[in-house]
Amino acid sequence: MRDAPYPERPDPSPQPSPERERGPGASEAGEAGYNFAYLDEGTKRMIRRAILKAIAVPGYQVPFASREMPMPYGWGTGGVQVTAAILGRADVLKVIDQGADDTTNAVSIRRFFARTSGVATTTRTTEATIIQTRHRIPETPLREGQILVYQVPIPEPLRFLEPRETETRQLHALAEYGAMHVKLYEDISRHGHIATTYAYPVEVAGRYVMDPSPTPKFDNPKMDQSPALQLFGAGRERRIYAVPPYTSVRSLDFEDHPFRVQEFTEPCALCGASGHYLDEVVTDDSGGRMYVCSDTDICETRVAEAAR
Amino acid sequence: MYVAVKGGEAAIDNAHRLLAEARRGDPDVPELTVAQIREQMALLVDRVMAEGSLYDPDLAALALKQARGDVVEAVFLVRAYRTTLPRFGASIPVDTGAMAVARRVSATFKDLPGGQVLGPTFDYTHRLIDFALAAEGATEPAAETEPRDDASTCPRVTDLLAQDGLIEPSPPDDGAPAGDLTREPVDYPADRALRLQALARGDEGFVLGLGYSTQRGYGRTHPFVGEIRVGDVAVEFVPEELGFPVPLGRIRLTECQMVNQFKGSGTAPPQFTRGYGLTFGQSERKAMAMALVDRALRAEELGEPVVSPAQDQEFVLAHCDSLQATGFVEHLKLPHYVDFQAELELVRRLRAEFEQTRDRAEMQKAAE
Amino acid sequence: MLAPGFADAVHDAQGTFRAVMDALARPGLLQRLDAGLEPPAPLTSELAAIALALTDADTPVWLDAGLAAAPEVAAYLRFHTGAPLTDDPARAAFALIRDPARCPPLSRFAQGTPAYPDTATTLVLALDAIASGEGLRLTGPGIDGAVRIALTPLPEGFVAQLAENHAGFPLGIDLILTAPGRVAGLPRSIAVTEG
Repeated sequence: MRDAPYPERPDPSPQPSPERERGPGASEAGEAGYNFAYLDEGTKRMIRRAILKAIAVPGYQVPFASREMPMPYGWGTGGVQVTAAILGRADVLKVIDQGADDTTNAVSIRRFFARTSGVATTTRTTEATIIQTRHRIPETPLREGQILVYQVPIPEPLRFLEPRETETRQLHALAEYGAMHVKLYEDISRHGHIATTYAYPVEVAGRYVMDPSPTPKFDNPKMDQSPALQLFGAGRERRIYAVPPYTSVRSLDFEDHPFRVQEFTEPCALCGASGHYLDEVVTDDSGGRMYVCSDTDICETRVAEAAR
Repeated sequence: MYVAVKGGEAAIDNAHRLLAEARRGDPDVPELTVAQIREQMALLVDRVMAEGSLYDPDLAALALKQARGDVVEAVFLVRAYRTTLPRFGASIPVDTGAMAVARRVSATFKDLPGGQVLGPTFDYTHRLIDFALAAEGATEPAAETEPRDDASTCPRVTDLLAQDGLIEPSPPDDGAPAGDLTREPVDYPADRALRLQALARGDEGFVLGLGYSTQRGYGRTHPFVGEIRVGDVAVEFVPEELGFPVPLGRIRLTECQMVNQFKGSGTAPPQFTRGYGLTFGQSERKAMAMALVDRALRAEELGEPVVSPAQDQEFVLAHCDSLQATGFVEHLKLPHYVDFQAELELVRRLRAEFEQTRDRAEMQKAAE
Repeated sequence: MLAPGFADAVHDAQGTFRAVMDALARPGLLQRLDAGLEPPAPLTSELAAIALALTDADTPVWLDAGLAAAPEVAAYLRFHTGAPLTDDPARAAFALIRDPARCPPLSRFAQGTPAYPDTATTLVLALDAIASGEGLRLTGPGIDGAVRIALTPLPEGFVAQLAENHAGFPLGIDLILTAPGRVAGLPRSIAVTEG
């Protein structure tokens, strides 16, 4: 039998007076005047219900009443709402943007949760229980019990084929995904390749076609049969969807043109890793380039290990 | 030499300090008070309340101060605050017929019960810069106003038209709770109440442009301003435990009833139809534009062809919110390194293949 | 006097939700659910915790005959959640079932629609015991291969009903199974077989 760690029961003894002054429901470590993890309990319940249905119907986009958040739409409000709804005091949170913990938007969101919930934060993939991400999946394989929360700008994989929500909803209802295959095949006839390099559509558990968020297709194989729970939040578009652990996630392709990920010809210039997704860094104004890991945590860990 | 991009933390702190400094401006100039903004930038405060969907002049004024006068940013602050407030329920519908009017004009009748009341308006000012305002301390003589009669003597123009059956009846209140787009994601097709909610909090500029487009032939509705009224109405709420209405206070509103032509159909006789606009505070431009777009969005209901952007509810509703629009447009300045890397790799490969093919073709040609 | 709700409304609700989320994400695996509630009988601590964590004015709740017969149960749920009670299973967002043997056919609850499969009812069942590693065989999303789970009691014809429910995917109801101190999930995405 397998038991999930249940968060510790709260200490029933009254808190000293400064904490009490924050008003009912305010967290001990949270921001004055706001609830634990910012959202009010009613909003959390609504989001939690959407998450449960998203898990029950993998890949289906559950509509939810997304709230205005104190950061702009398009900057991670969906992911932030999902994280705020699931987050508990025992969690350890990691936030990445472009694979890195120290990009400004990642710093800003990590601080937001540190401030409003007081939970522990980390940059180590292995230490985190919840990882909120924009555009990447960590290189370090995720494990059971971890939750990856994706920030999603356009949750509808069919949106660029059909701008109307009324139409795309019917297409999903009928599992009518022919147009997506036609689009991918048109690429092949024009370029000899599928010219979609990120936000590459996937089929989840044999039913729904899903947008994996604008991660490079390099990361698509990591979604398949992942031991971690994957949750997707689109704030502006008001949708939540999910891929449970150990679920099939198949990148759409064709027998004569199987799905392939990007390959880098050289290893990371800092840690020497090959097989990682690399950022191209322009080093001077005469065409100098170097390639370094997009995932800063694994890169720093490898550099530190090599130094020992 | 490449230095790993560290220092996001320090950069953010510094940026926030710079922002605080820029917000304050020259410290030798006296700092604005929230009350000054509320009283002297009142129309701006009204716009922030309207698009922020929260009636609180002091909060809107404070948001404007914090946002350095950036309207969308101020709306953003107000919305982000609003979303944390508990929702107790819906007020009973406000009665704009009982409004204490500060301004009321009709373009359809020269005179009518209650009269034309110009009130505080820019309409007939000459737009000449008044350099006297640059001198501080001047006080204008108080305006002469006639005491207003009882509000009941100022009936709505649309009610007057309705008495003769010339205009479609106002849809009856079926008692069903109105939807709330802040609590339920919009499901298309959205009903009129939800569309009006979206327009009421929609970006003034966007709604104005759409309304304007209907005047220029993109979904023409032949509109007349039946009436615009600006004034204060009472808001009442029925708490579950009391079961009778309790007054919550008064708010200022601008209401526009647009009267539009309708040629009739097989089942309906020719009559005027309605377009409706309502905003917090005084904002005639917004209320009028909203009324035009509301009418345009009723095209399908009235059997008119849906061919123009202002008639297309998915287009209008999905794009009228300034926060959604500004957030997604501005997110393009966030890093997109990894996606761009993916595109770089593809373009390089395609170019290499293109050159290979060309070289091969040239070699073949040379060989022939 | 009305029995109290969560000792810590924020964190107990979060803990209950996470146990339910983990249960649905890993069908057939038992999660601990120790809410410490003492609701009026015949409502169980687990049913009460899930109701308090997930229901409110936006979610019609259906009670089975045993729960509906106890006015203190309705009073407790109404006070702590504000959820409207419905006697129409097809309108219920959540259904609380104290006596699984007398549960109406699963097909009578809201199944969702092809366009909105998320509008299906979530059933929360109180069982005497759930054991892992034996009994029914489950496969599907969230399960690494297959798992086994034994339900006590197992209502007659329940497996056939579950099979029918799964066959309608993406429509169909989702089950949250509780036993004292335990919760397991059985979403519609899961295929259930005997033997």
